[in-house]
Amino acid sequence: MIEDIIHVLILAGLIVTAYLAVKLRDLLAAAVVLGVFSFLLSLEFYILQAPDVAIAEAGIGAGLTTAIFVIAVKKTARWEVEE
Amino acid sequence: MMSKIVRTQANFLYPLILIFGFYIVMHGHLTPGGGFQGGAVIATGIALVVVAYGYEKIKRWIKKTHLTAAEGIGLLCFIITAFIGIGTSFFYNFLANSGLIFGESIPYGINPGYLNTAGTLPIMNLAVGIEVLGGLGAIILYMMAYGREVSE
Repeated sequence: MIEDIIHVLILAGLIVTAYLAVKLRDLLAAAVVLGVFSFLLSLEFYILQAPDVAIAEAGIGAGLTTAIFVIAVKKTARWEVEE
Repeated sequence: MMSKIVRTQANFLYPLILIFGFYIVMHGHLTPGGGFQGGAVIATGIALVVVAYGYEKIKRWIKKTHLTAAEGIGLLCFIITAFIGIGTSFFYNFLANSGLIFGESIPYGINPGYLNTAGTLPIMNLAVGIEVLGGLGAIILYMMAYGREVSE
């Protein structure tokens, strides 16, 4: 029962963070939200008893790609512009 | 270069992340994780320090040539360890139960996991860990090295 509630909460958080990552105009905030998405996804992998994939997702998704996005935003524009 | 708070946190967390990454690499045959995951964790520590301090200060401490050399050395160790057992077959585990390094025999039954076992698998995990930390760290450093910062 408690496991189902945690599943639903994590999946709802995944949908919310994915929507925010698409919709936010501030690209730095979008990168951070994408890091939160990866962290929630690694939690979900851990609950589904795949700790190996969870470590890889937390290291690559939440750590490295967030750093790469932050560097890329720093070297280009921070705000999304309408073409 | 970020604020003093970020730099202090990075100073505190960098050795802990490195030790945890090498722990994951070294216990790859016993616990979840392995060479790739541990190398990715170590590269996360490198990325933390690079983002916190900026490229101008970091390029004296962590060199791109060292990281690309680590990538090459890891791949060479992997393929050489695989080729040593070529007398029987490629990737043959010639160290297991031999009494040499990582060659201890495992007693039958449930055990807590002995580090000094599994033959060539820990060596291959270490090689993959060194290779992955070199490759991902080099990606981060090359991202920092080129292009100019835009300030609005």
